[in-house]
Amino acid sequence: MFDVLSLARFQYAATTIFHFFFVPLSIGLVLMISIMETMYVVKNNEIYKKMAQFWGKFFLINFAIGVVTGILQEFQFGMNWSEYSRFMGDVFGAPLAIEALLAFFMESTFIGLWLFGWDRLSKKVHLTCIWLVTAGTSLSALWILTANSFMQHPVGFHINNGRAEMNDFLALLTNPQLWVEFPHTIFGSFATGAFVVAGISAIALLKKRQVDFFQKSFKLAIIIGLVSGVVLALFGHTQAQYLVETQPMKMAASEGTWEDTSDPAPWTVAAKIDAKNHTNSGEIKIPYLLSFLSYGKFSGSVEGMNSLQKKYVAKYGKGNYIPPVKTTFWSFRIMTVMGGLLCVLGMLGVFLIWKKKLLTSKWFLRIMVASIAIPYIGSTSGWIMTEIGRQPWTVFGFMQTAASVSPNVSAGELLFSIIAFISMYSILAVVMVYLFVRTFKEGPSLNTKATVQSNDPFDGEGYHIVTE
Amino acid sequence: MLLNELWFLLIAVLFIGFFFLEGYDFGVGMATRFVARNEMERRMLINTIGPFWDANEVWMITAGGAMFAAFPDWYATLFSGFYVPLVFLLLLLIARGTAFEYRAKVDHPKWAGTWDWAIFIASLLCPFLWGVVFSTLVYGLPIDKNMNMHATFMSIVNPYTVLGGVLITLLCLYHGLVFICLRTSDDLQTRARALAKKIFWVLAVAAVAFVIVTFFVTDLFAKRGVFLYPIYVLDVAALILSVVFLSKKRDGWAFGMNAGVILLTISSLFIGLFPRLMISNVKQAYDLTVYNSASGSYSLTVMTIVAVTLLPFVIGYSIWSYYVFRKRVSKDEHLEY
Ligand code: HDD
Ligand code: HEM
Ligand code: HEM
Repeated sequence: MFDVLSLARFQYAATTIFHFFFVPLSIGLVLMISIMETMYVVKNNEIYKKMAQFWGKFFLINFAIGVVTGILQEFQFGMNWSEYSRFMGDVFGAPLAIEALLAFFMESTFIGLWLFGWDRLSKKVHLTCIWLVTAGTSLSALWILTANSFMQHPVGFHINNGRAEMNDFLALLTNPQLWVEFPHTIFGSFATGAFVVAGISAIALLKKRQVDFFQKSFKLAIIIGLVSGVVLALFGHTQAQYLVETQPMKMAASEGTWEDTSDPAPWTVAAKIDAKNHTNSGEIKIPYLLSFLSYGKFSGSVEGMNSLQKKYVAKYGKGNYIPPVKTTFWSFRIMTVMGGLLCVLGMLGVFLIWKKKLLTSKWFLRIMVASIAIPYIGSTSGWIMTEIGRQPWTVFGFMQTAASVSPNVSAGELLFSIIAFISMYSILAVVMVYLFVRTFKEGPSLNTKATVQSNDPFDGEGYHIVTE
Repeated sequence: MLLNELWFLLIAVLFIGFFFLEGYDFGVGMATRFVARNEMERRMLINTIGPFWDANEVWMITAGGAMFAAFPDWYATLFSGFYVPLVFLLLLLIARGTAFEYRAKVDHPKWAGTWDWAIFIASLLCPFLWGVVFSTLVYGLPIDKNMNMHATFMSIVNPYTVLGGVLITLLCLYHGLVFICLRTSDDLQTRARALAKKIFWVLAVAAVAFVIVTFFVTDLFAKRGVFLYPIYVLDVAALILSVVFLSKKRDGWAFGMNAGVILLTISSLFIGLFPRLMISNVKQAYDLTVYNSASGSYSLTVMTIVAVTLLPFVIGYSIWSYYVFRKRVSKDEHLEY
């Protein structure tokens, strides 16, 4: 339990999951802010400017933690996974370096210009800045996922002198894994931004606070949320089909299929998995569905873990190639349920707006508040499925996790860093939630006829005057 | 093989960019305790670097990424070998970045006060840690035949590396003070200028001491004396000129001269190191060099094309952003941080 490998894995998983708590909201919110500011520039209606500024505050609070936890990510490969870095750096380092050069510079420079530039830049230039931040965050996702896709499905390299060397950069960029993984992740991020804005707006609508402002925000959010949810689910489905080809073991684990299935293959909704004895009990199955999910038709059998294990032993030598099955199985199910919920809630929301019943449907608004959690649960379980399901490999078929870890870092050092980072991160999380609540309570300082204009951005008086 | 040398140069450029840019914002962070006398002034100081500090930090991130891509073994050895110092560095950077963004979010003296301490401490210790790390690179480290470094506390922290840390810290402080002269007016500017003139003397002593000790404890002069003598002569000249300009209130020139000091100081370490990346004090054969630690030529070629295409844009829009924020920070404007 307290060996170097387990500790390194625990620290890596914990810090990365934490980083990815902030990443999707940054990506999703900045897109919405860009849209709001575009509407401001096009329609010349102050309310959209207020929207961009109000949601911009949440964005900045979130972005700060995304940035500082990201620095840790960048260092962590060398610190804890030095053997991995030596072996794969030639291929894997390139996208990371490009990400910094292309995306991080853009993000950080233009966010500075946007935040400090409200009075110094013309409207259009200011708008361009926020769009460049949007581009930066998406490019950052693209490049880091290029690196990650390589680990799922290594392409464009050969082994030379005992380490991987890149020989085809384009192959890295056109990796089919990337082009399912990137859209899936990016639309997941858009959905995150949308559901957070919708959820926070729902609280305000329940309290009948600045109804016009928050209704507009809600509308925009729910539309983006619905579209992203649907696209996300479609790409998730494509990704699963692709997975059957490239990492059948992960797919089999996420389905809990030990033996090759019958043809056509049924889909298991739930099961009690006994990983020791390679059996399941209490399975609930839907006939045909797995064939359809895997191949897009109602026939075809899917290989099970036992036969894949035999194949892998023949190919890669002795070892256990079955990932933690329960984790993979349940994280996949949780994610897909979340995907379904996003779509259903998105459709309901659009329907209620269309019927002009949004404000009176309190039950729905309450659900939307709770739904802020949905995309977070989805993303986290998605990454857990992707990364744990790949075990025992770090780079599928070429390097195992056990061989990746730094040999010169001791368990004591790791224990120290884990405690340090987790304490630091806990403080950050608490502070961030506190600031979110506070920012919400302060509300947007609306500059309508009834309000006295306040030039103090931290002045909470604004909305009382409107509502009273 | 030319590519290996080119990437060594590019990484040197990235670190120089980092020390030049983040250097002044570290300095401003330190100056919040020395120059500002009240909350308003501290706030103004922090706003002088408001739009820039994040992008400045990206120079460090990019340098790390470039090391990873071009010299994977360097990245692996350095980052795993300096595990504990890096944990501290990360904690400090995390606290510092959050502090800038959050200090003005709640209008309460205790709140801002706590974050301000984080800014001060992190701005003081980050350059110190980097100074220590860079000094150990030229001093030599216990690196074994598998390129793994097994450092004890003493192999990282010793009088020479502490001196290196102090030097870099002072350099950043001085740099930050000159930057404050450029970006503020009235009282703040006067105080920053007065302090800079005092710090100059301490800095000069530390710099000379560092060069002398370097002469004795490292092989830099033995290997690269031809370059290092003229560099250090120019370095001292630039430092003196910068304080002269500062006294004459030619702050732009002073800042430029000090940029030269940083450029020359950091280059001198890289030149002394070349073609080595890390020096093993176990056995010379275990040194990491630009040849035995590098990525393949294909990868380096791709990276070169990418870097040469992108870097001009980065520099271009960075300059534009400095142009947009060229006005001095004043009390009367809206302060974001
Ligand atoms: C799908 C998107 C995504 C993923 C999987 C990751 N990141 Fe990230 N990262 C971002 C998307 C992002 C971002 C949107 O660009 C961030 C997050 C929030 C933010 O402020 O910028 C960011 C910030 C960020 C920063 C700070 C940039 C700055 O100073 O401006 C670094 C150094 C990293 N990340 C590095 C990493 C590494 C090494 C990862 C691999 C484990 C990683 N990120 C996963
Ligand atoms: C941000 C979203 C991500 C999350 C939440 C995540 C999470 C995880 C998890 C849970 C593991 C398995 C840990 C274990 O089994 O011990 C893992 C492994 C790993 N992932 Fe990711 N990952 C993410 C993105 C990435 C990306 C983008 C990369 C590459 C650029 C990456 C590189 C790795 C490496 C090197 C490992 C192997 C180390 C290990 O097994 O712990 N991950 N990740
Ligand atoms: C509609 C149902 C969904 C399906 C069918 C689906 C499918 C998948 C599959 C098959 C993977 C694994 C890919 C691999 O290992 O190569 C995956 C990963 C992932 N999923 Fe989902 N997903 C769904 C919903 C969601 C939701 C709602 C979110 C969060 C907003 C989400 C976020 C993620 C993330 C972040 C990953 C890891 C990155 C990646 O590999 O793309 N997914 N998804």
